Amino acid sequence: MVTLNDYLFASGLLFAIGFAGVLLRRNVIIIFMALELMLNAANLSLIGFSRYNAHDGLPDYNGQVLVFFIITVAAAEVTVGLAIIVALFRARQTTHVEDMNTLKF
Amino acid sequence: MNLSPWIILFAPFVSAVVIVLFTERFKKLSSYISVAAVAISFVFSVAVFFGQDGTASFNWIDLGTFQVKIGYLINDLTRLMLLIVTGVGLLIHIYSIGYMAEDRGRSRYFCGLSLFMFSMLGIVLANNFIMMFIFWELVGFSSYLLIGHWFYRPAPPAAANKAFLANRLGDFGFMLGILVVWSASGTVTFDELSGHWSTLGLSPGFMTAAALLIFCGAVGKSAQFPLHVWLPDAMEGPTPVSALIHAATMVAAGVFMLVRTYFLFEPSPTALDVVLWIGLITSLLAALMATQQDDIKRVLAYSTLSQLGLMIAAVGLGAPQAGMFHLFTHASFKALLFLGAGSVIHSLQNEQNIWQMGGLQKKMPVTFWTFLIGTLALIACPPFAGFWSKDDILASSDRNIPAFLAIAAVTYLTAFYMSRLFVVAFLGQARSELARHAHESPRVMTIPLILLSIPACIAGFPFIASLFIKVPEHEGSPIGSMAVSLIAFAAGAASGYYLYKEKARDSIEIPLFEHKFYFDEMYGSLIKWTQDLLANISGFVDRWVIDGTVVRGLGGITWGAGFALRFLQVGNLQAYAFLFGAGVVLLLYFILFGTK
Repeated sequence: MVTLNDYLFASGLLFAIGFAGVLLRRNVIIIFMALELMLNAANLSLIGFSRYNAHDGLPDYNGQVLVFFIITVAAAEVTVGLAIIVALFRARQTTHVEDMNTLKF
Repeated sequence: MNLSPWIILFAPFVSAVVIVLFTERFKKLSSYISVAAVAISFVFSVAVFFGQDGTASFNWIDLGTFQVKIGYLINDLTRLMLLIVTGVGLLIHIYSIGYMAEDRGRSRYFCGLSLFMFSMLGIVLANNFIMMFIFWELVGFSSYLLIGHWFYRPAPPAAANKAFLANRLGDFGFMLGILVVWSASGTVTFDELSGHWSTLGLSPGFMTAAALLIFCGAVGKSAQFPLHVWLPDAMEGPTPVSALIHAATMVAAGVFMLVRTYFLFEPSPTALDVVLWIGLITSLLAALMATQQDDIKRVLAYSTLSQLGLMIAAVGLGAPQAGMFHLFTHASFKALLFLGAGSVIHSLQNEQNIWQMGGLQKKMPVTFWTFLIGTLALIACPPFAGFWSKDDILASSDRNIPAFLAIAAVTYLTAFYMSRLFVVAFLGQARSELARHAHESPRVMTIPLILLSIPACIAGFPFIASLFIKVPEHEGSPIGSMAVSLIAFAAGAASGYYLYKEKARDSIEIPLFEHKFYFDEMYGSLIKWTQDLLANISGFVDRWVIDGTVVRGLGGITWGAGFALRFLQVGNLQAYAFLFGAGVVLLLYFILFGTK
């Protein structure tokens, strides 16, 4: 029997993997993908809550609606983020975060 | 309710307001309004003089426990003072019509006179300290306006400033004194204070301090040493103003106030001694300075100082009635002398140097004779008014040998410098072109002179004076004091007459007296020195304390904090992300487990 905890465990694992990717990988595009992974980890936990908070045999649709919002925001974010990465690449000829370090003292 | 005191008080005020608001452009009308107002005050003062004692007041400001009341207190002192102020004031107003006939600021001048009368009458009528203080300040302000009347010349505004500042200095002490009295007794009304003050059980030191603080006010307003410097300079104002300020009103206010609040001084012998010696020092210094002045008005100014010193000394001797008696006689003959001097100055086209005068006996007979009467009254020649009142002061000092000698010396000096003034200015030959063409002043000026010379002649006789004032009775030997007074007068007058008879210029030169003991220079350098010192101290505080710690300190802390914190901005994107994540973890930890 699959329980809510399993969903949440999988979601937490995904989130941790995503966060580790953001912290450890050097390529901006990979970091970006890791970010998407974190968003989807959140989606998974929302779906899990929706599924296990059923009333009268129906799942709680609030969670599912929120997932759609997140997907929409993620799509918009990808558009903007990729555009920034392309612009950065044009300016710097690199996608490595270590070369993008001018935002400091 | 008795309306007369209110009418006396507010008639000049209404006149001032009307002149300012409506008749500024009609100069003749303004002067008549002002004269009419003071005439109304005079008529009602006469009515009050024959009326009853009384007091009345209404609340002006009510702040719970603290109430400012406006009210009047009529008693013997008020009656006499009202008569002096409005009587002499009326004559001076009339005289001003002639004296200021060609002045273009006449409306402003008469407005100032009316305002001055209003303030002075307020002091006289006041039944409590607060009201007296308000009008006290108003007198200072209106005298400022009058002294600085010819503001387009350099000297009058400077003199006006000086008068105002010296007065403010004294008034500050006066205000402190009022606060001290109020805090000790809870009341500022003269009636309530006079009964209770000595029964409050205050320590002698406290009573002395309170009395001396109140005395500060009189020192400023009556121009006593060390604040006497403003009065001679106040001669820069028009001559009728000098007569008004010096004879019956402003400077007399200080003496009047001392007599009114004598109950504060009575229980403190130390305070009375200070009052006595301040008065005597002023009197002596001023008399010495007067002997070397060449300006006719300045001689009179110093003689005013000297006489005021005597009145103050009389209060200090515990004989306020003698002081008031002298104030009463002095008011008439000093106004007479100033108006006489004004008449001379007017006909000599503003020449004030006595060495440019001379030989005026034939050309200005009325001025000559009335001035002679005034002089004789001032130098205590029997039987003129000044003789009786000065003798009273002398007699009341017969237990205090140093004071007695000082007063006798002042009497001698007064006789000396006044006969010098009279001999040089009026007798002998005309010493300048202007004096040769002198002519008698118009009747509007000479009639007040004649009217004023009547009280200067007769006001001193005990049977006449007792109609107006309680002439002090003294035990001991009035004959002795009278003899001393007579000898001093005769010696002074004779030496003045023979030293200056037929002289073309001053035969004695004492620079110390001529330069007024260098008081102005001393004050000038003292003020410069203290000002420099203060400026240096505040400069140091500003540069090192304010700028150093507060301004630069605050800026430095902000800058330092920014400097330390900017090392966190490493520029590595992933470091930021890590810190962000760590922050979230910390926050979660505190939210979930921190409350336990």
